[in-house]
Amino acid sequence: MKKLNGIRLKHRKNTENCATVDLAVPAKVRLPMSMHMGAPCQPLVKVGDQVKVGQKVGDCESAFSAPIHSGVSGKVTAITDYQTAMGSICKCIEIETDGSQTVSEEVKPPVISDKESFIKAVRESGACGLGGAGFPTHVKLAPKTPIDTLIINAAECEPYITADYREMIECPEDVIAGINLVKSTLGIKNAKLAIEANKPEAIKNFTEMAANDPTIDIVTLPSAYPQGAEKVIIYNAAGRIVKEGQLPSDEGVIVLNVSTAAFLYRYTQTGMPLVTRRLTVDGNAVNEPKNVRAVIGTSFREVLEFCKTDIEAVRKLIGGGPMMGMSIPDLDMPVVKTSNALLAIRKYDERKTTSCIRCGRCVNVCPLGLMPAEIDKAYKIRNIQELQELKVNLCMNCGSCTYVCPANRKLAETNQLAKALLPRK
Amino acid sequence: MDKLIVSPSPHDENYVKTSTIMLNVIIALIPALAAGCYFFGLRAFLLAAVCIVSCVVFEYACRRLMKRDNTIGDLSAVVTGLILAMNLPVTLPLWMAVIGSFVAIVIVKQLFGGIGQNFANPAITARIVLMVSFPSAMTNWVLPLWYKDSTDAVTGATPLVLEGLNGTTEHTLVPSYMDLFLGNVGGCLGETCALALLIGGLYLAARKIISLAAPVSFIGSLFLLTWITGGDPVYHILAGGVFLGAFFMATDYATTPISIKGKIVFGIGCGVITFVIRRFGSYPEGVSFSILLMNVLTPYIEQLTRTKVFGAKEAEKNEG
Repeated sequence: MKKLNGIRLKHRKNTENCATVDLAVPAKVRLPMSMHMGAPCQPLVKVGDQVKVGQKVGDCESAFSAPIHSGVSGKVTAITDYQTAMGSICKCIEIETDGSQTVSEEVKPPVISDKESFIKAVRESGACGLGGAGFPTHVKLAPKTPIDTLIINAAECEPYITADYREMIECPEDVIAGINLVKSTLGIKNAKLAIEANKPEAIKNFTEMAANDPTIDIVTLPSAYPQGAEKVIIYNAAGRIVKEGQLPSDEGVIVLNVSTAAFLYRYTQTGMPLVTRRLTVDGNAVNEPKNVRAVIGTSFREVLEFCKTDIEAVRKLIGGGPMMGMSIPDLDMPVVKTSNALLAIRKYDERKTTSCIRCGRCVNVCPLGLMPAEIDKAYKIRNIQELQELKVNLCMNCGSCTYVCPANRKLAETNQLAKALLPRK
Repeated sequence: MDKLIVSPSPHDENYVKTSTIMLNVIIALIPALAAGCYFFGLRAFLLAAVCIVSCVVFEYACRRLMKRDNTIGDLSAVVTGLILAMNLPVTLPLWMAVIGSFVAIVIVKQLFGGIGQNFANPAITARIVLMVSFPSAMTNWVLPLWYKDSTDAVTGATPLVLEGLNGTTEHTLVPSYMDLFLGNVGGCLGETCALALLIGGLYLAARKIISLAAPVSFIGSLFLLTWITGGDPVYHILAGGVFLGAFFMATDYATTPISIKGKIVFGIGCGVITFVIRRFGSYPEGVSFSILLMNVLTPYIEQLTRTKVFGAKEAEKNEG
């Protein structure tokens, strides 16, 4: 089996031994109606309405979406227009909390009798990929083709982030129960829990826990970024190649993030939808790096203050890891469903971009075997046919090429710009 | 508080810069330069210094005249100067070396757009221009200082010329393998000591600056071809500029293919052309010509040796 390229990163998992701490319920939460991949939700509440914990406040007709729930009890004070970190515009509900945290009557364990009722319950839970991509989970769990393998993505290959790792250390039973839940309700024969080699304790624990279960296989992934990328993890954990234009389900595989699996189990037990999440807070401006469980909608500023951050010194705020995370333009933006990490970085010197020296490092690190240096050249002259032949459409923006470029060329960014030039099919 | 910086991912880098790479190449060339000074005297050092300084000056002046960013900080001009010096006989008049630097930096490198944009190796092209322009000065070989207990540098032929004259390597005039390996023979400043070049090349490979694909296929194919046709393969790979060419010029980033497959094709091409020139050509040495010819072919090799993209569908034929 051919080995895919990857890069060795400094892991910087400073928070791997930091047990999750609960952040106090904030005085105000802001819930953007777009926290997931797919159609944004429409508010179900009006200004002045009272809401309770777990109450659905946003939903949408589209199947490719996930509803949004309130994590606090209180009063809706405003519904505004909001620009997400991705740049799209959606509505945003602002709720002033009353501190009582009264739980809504809507919150009760769902009745699951078959596959359909399970998928429906998953949609109602508001679940989307907690690893950062935010793909609506109920869509992922209802493929058109038969599935024989469930891959649980516990690679957490980005530096700094330990949110999934803490899930595995703190709630291993929920993880295993979540795997069994998805496996049994969807009739999937095998599950593979794929963990990157830099988490030996998790690997050891789960190997012991699954020792008597032949249907759950613990896979150790090599410590080479990006193991958590969907195509890479499917190849390394199950030996299957998802071809261009295919979905993982076409190869009989579903990939689910480990925290998402554990959440699904907890939801079936309690009926409490996705209203809190664990995030790693780190970066050189953060004096006390922590893993924090925050109510979704809490402002990043409060999270950073809780972790004793030098707010004045922060020059860059990253939602997610340093390789694929989004730059956050405003400290007052809220924690969303996909916020697996928050990195606050001090002032740094950006190196100048110089000419390509054709060293080939970008080609040697691309896990998909793309040639970013050639794509860069073709993009410069807008040669669309060449870009198609170079398969720029397959780039998953893992950032490895930019990371290694000695001339500091923004190759991953160019790839995304080049994709936009391709004719839509 | 200042505004937050918003930029696309990734937000981290690995801090290997162009100048880091060039510095490593300079370090890798130090053993060969030291060997050159040891065997040919301190004039070797003077010649290298003149080449380096003139290359840097030309680079600076050229960028200045063209109103472009100053690029001498990336150290690539230093590398070009050093490699050029390695390719010159130690007796070469200094003004000729300056002409070589001019050809390398101004004509081959900057007129084509600077670092990374040149289609041919600057040092090799400069060597060939000098060889064609000043044939006698460029073939004025001296024997090493310690050769046959002589205390003065004396003019003598290079191993490949000797072989050409004698028609066989069994003649007594021909140096031993050990002399060839250590560099105790006539030749250019930096090309005689195979040992020093090997150390430098392996250092670069260990630092992952170069891939050994091109050097190994270059030296390997030359070895095989010489062997098959009844020549002395060990003699042929140690004599002349094979090691210098293979490790330091057939691995040049700008003028050789990027993919491993391409590098192998490039190396084999160099080996075959070197063999053909040595065997059938009127020049005793063919390393420079072989690399220059393969430089010209590089864009075509590149087209044919693209990497295979993981999971890609076959490209749809007859488009447009």
